Amino acid sequence: MLIAILAGILFSILLLFIGKWVKTKLQLLPALLPLGLFIYFAQFFPAIAAGEVIEQHYNWVSSFGVNLSFRLDGLAFLFTLLITGIGFLVFLYTSAYLKNNDYLDRFYGYLSIFMAAMLGLVLSDNIMSLFLFWELTSISSFFLIGFNNKSEASRKSALWALGITGIGGLLLLAGAVILGIVADTYTISEMVNQKALIASSPLYILIAIFIFGAAFTKSAQFPFHFWLPGAMKAPTPVSTYLHSATMVKAGVYLLFRLTPVLGDNTFWNTTLMLFGGITMLYAAIHTIFRKDLKGILAYSTISALGILVFLIGLGTKEALLAAAVFILVHALYKATLFLVTGTIDLSTGTRDVSVLAGLKKIMLPVAIAGFLAALSNAGIPSSIGFIGKDLIYEGTLQLPNNVVLLTSLAVITNIFISYAGYLVGVKPFLGKLPERFEMTKTPEIRLWLPPVILASLGIVFGFVPSLIQDSLIKPILSSVAIDASDIHLKIWHGFTPVLALSVTTIVGGLLLYFLLKPTDKLVSFSNKLEVVSPKSIIEKLISLFETFSGWWTRVFQNGYLRNYVSVIIFVAVILMAYRLLQDTSYVIDYSSFSKLTVYEVVVLVIMVGAIFFTIFAKSRLAAVAASGVIGYAICLLFVFYSAPDLAMTQFAIDTLTVILFVLVLYRLPKYLVLSDYKQRIRDGILACSFGGLISVLALEVLAQPVNEEISKFYAENAYILAHGKNVVNVILVDFRGTDTMVEISVLAIAAIGVFALLKLRLRGHEREQK
Amino acid sequence: MEFLLAIITGLLYAAGLYMMMRRSLVKLILGLIIIGNGANLLIFLLGRITKGSPPIIGEHEKLLSDIYADPVPQALILTAIVISFGLQSFAIILVKRAYKVVKTDDLDKMKATDEEV
Amino acid sequence: MKTIILRTASNYLLPILLLFSIFILLRGHYLPGGGFVGGLIASIAFVLHAFANGLKDTKKLLKIHPGFLMPLGLAIAFLSGLLPVLGFGEPFMTGLWLEYPIPVIGAIGTALFFDIGVYIVVQGVVLTIIITISESA
Repeated sequence: MLIAILAGILFSILLLFIGKWVKTKLQLLPALLPLGLFIYFAQFFPAIAAGEVIEQHYNWVSSFGVNLSFRLDGLAFLFTLLITGIGFLVFLYTSAYLKNNDYLDRFYGYLSIFMAAMLGLVLSDNIMSLFLFWELTSISSFFLIGFNNKSEASRKSALWALGITGIGGLLLLAGAVILGIVADTYTISEMVNQKALIASSPLYILIAIFIFGAAFTKSAQFPFHFWLPGAMKAPTPVSTYLHSATMVKAGVYLLFRLTPVLGDNTFWNTTLMLFGGITMLYAAIHTIFRKDLKGILAYSTISALGILVFLIGLGTKEALLAAAVFILVHALYKATLFLVTGTIDLSTGTRDVSVLAGLKKIMLPVAIAGFLAALSNAGIPSSIGFIGKDLIYEGTLQLPNNVVLLTSLAVITNIFISYAGYLVGVKPFLGKLPERFEMTKTPEIRLWLPPVILASLGIVFGFVPSLIQDSLIKPILSSVAIDASDIHLKIWHGFTPVLALSVTTIVGGLLLYFLLKPTDKLVSFSNKLEVVSPKSIIEKLISLFETFSGWWTRVFQNGYLRNYVSVIIFVAVILMAYRLLQDTSYVIDYSSFSKLTVYEVVVLVIMVGAIFFTIFAKSRLAAVAASGVIGYAICLLFVFYSAPDLAMTQFAIDTLTVILFVLVLYRLPKYLVLSDYKQRIRDGILACSFGGLISVLALEVLAQPVNEEISKFYAENAYILAHGKNVVNVILVDFRGTDTMVEISVLAIAAIGVFALLKLRLRGHEREQK
Repeated sequence: MEFLLAIITGLLYAAGLYMMMRRSLVKLILGLIIIGNGANLLIFLLGRITKGSPPIIGEHEKLLSDIYADPVPQALILTAIVISFGLQSFAIILVKRAYKVVKTDDLDKMKATDEEV
Repeated sequence: MKTIILRTASNYLLPILLLFSIFILLRGHYLPGGGFVGGLIASIAFVLHAFANGLKDTKKLLKIHPGFLMPLGLAIAFLSGLLPVLGFGEPFMTGLWLEYPIPVIGAIGTALFFDIGVYIVVQGVVLTIIITISESA
């Protein structure tokens, strides 16, 4: 199964080498990949129908509980068939749709990677690998949406899509990690057993919010829906494949998959119902303000996704059954409508529904496909859409409360959706063919066969629902831990309230279709409302954030060195003070300290004097001399405290530093009094508090016991191993010789730097100022 | 004594920082030197101080025994002293060069980026 | 600064200080001293000479630019670390020692050559810096 999942990625690598033949002779070769995968997965048909679950496990990063475990159950099976089946048709369609595109091989590469990622997503039983594939779908979809990378609009849409779904991906990661910690496993099928534990955890809400964030962004729920209409800039095969049939369903898939883990909870159900309900209604009404075929389809897709989320939110057995069926129904008819749109667009060069008419003369097969899809979309009896719609109403009608509200919500949404379906699947083909389209050629077979196949499947399943009942639908419900044995899909339920609702929907849709004509007026009306749309609100937030970042940078990166120092020190003081003042005992054990002698006190007094002299000296020379005195005083301290090597080195270096200063100094300007009194006080307080904290820190450390292991090793082995008796020197040249080697290299680099700074000639603008 | 050393280390840090926050270039470098001294002293102090027994093995002995000053911080500080010389000379020259180009000792006037100079 | 006394004194001081610095370098393994301090003392000797006699004289005395001392010293230090790898198949920087100590210096080993490398590099660095600065001051 791993090979099957990774086949797309392997194929895309292969395309790097055979790309140029794919563009010319082997155009149909890529389509063999999804076809092969479809056949591979289809062979599990009997096993899945018998209620089996196929599992495969590969260890990956076991120590983190991240493994490649794959699990083919009913839900995954439906998705794999959709991914590979629709994938095959889309690949086939693409070979004609992008026939003369220079980058056809690249397109197939992206598409194959996407297919692999999607398969991995639905088959992963480990939530971490699910996340990985989830991100991979976002990334590959970025390239697919921005495929036409010469157009700025398409690049921008790709970026939006990546941004929104990318944020969702991060939320998924957060949710997955918390879920994994709470459930103590990253395996989804094992989480199901921990349901009670997860539900009682205080982190439950947080997990749910993160998962919602992921699902809502991916499945374009309000208010994150706007990337999907934008993504319609992609070539139509992409819209078909990613933005109706597969990728946007990933969010729904995630919710469905986690229903047995997180579901059956008021917060879960209410939130999903709320967001799904708003989305389905909002997007459905939006369809009447569009006249671009793909725009209409985008909004009806969002609406359909809203219905799915809504149904999962209802959470009852009937609702979940309706959702399962509706996933299939929607994939079949929506993919068809997209492909139909693509063919119309390619042949006529326009997607404006208000000018398209009478195309059935030219492209009868396409018209048939569109017509059948519209039937299924509208839920007219004998199509699978009818069954789907019936189930939705059954789901809402059997709710314990709010039946009227929720059912009418569903009815209104469905009316608008069926209107959208008529608009795309029927309207362009009926009526009188405008003159400008009379010269249009009949599209080739690869452009109409795929939609016809998809649309006919919708009708076949509608007539004979038993074809899918046992093999597809029931295992889905079993995979979310619901007993599905008593489910029976029917075309005819008899005269029930459900039938009445279905009829209302159909009639309502038809009425809308005949009464409402898509016009520029409606489009411009909705454009006026664009200001308050989630998209422009988010855009405004982004620009606000940019302003804020600019301000932040200007405040902190202001080019004043002392400001940087002050800020760093200030933060350090606060952090250190918080920690130190918390634990400090304030008890100083003087007895453990060594005794004072006169010499030491004299040295310290000299030092203090030198320090103050350095700070307050009016002339530079005096300050340098005073700082030299500090160095010599430290040198004496080293002498007192048994560090002869240090004393010698300090003495030599201090001498050299003073010489250096004197050499340079008289070329530098005199001191200027630049800061006012206030600044000096402020800096003084900051510096003193930092110095004070260092003192406290030193005293704190002195109160702790010493670890003498390291120095003991050197003390014992200096002579035995390294034949030296001056331990400090032995450490430098022998035990830690490599460090010293690096150190003298650094010294050499500093010298070269000095040499370069002074000897190399001033260049360009520097010379002018000389 | 350790108590006084701790205080003086803090004083060195404070003085160094204060000097670094002034606008004069020379003061900045003096501040760097003083902070460097403070850091050396801090490491030395935290390695515990011992009087009159340097970490040198006696003539007839094979290893250090009894009380001896910790050689590890001493080795650290020795390299630090020498490295700080390299750093200081580099900083001094940088200041000199900057002064030559920008003609100001005021750090605040050096905030322009290269392109603006 | 070119007083007669200082100039005369520095003529004698330079060899004495240089000898002293070598002494410090060689005894470093047993008593306080070593390559760092030795190198610093040697460079102070030269700086003193430069103060007394002028930079030109000192540079004449040095014959080569002190900058060349840096790669030389680095090479010596590096080779002393590399010797065990090339000659004996031991890890880098393994100390190797002659069996019998030599009078005055004591035991001779790779560490001594390493220290000599440090001595030369430190001298090169300090003199390069000081000479460069005084030349362009």
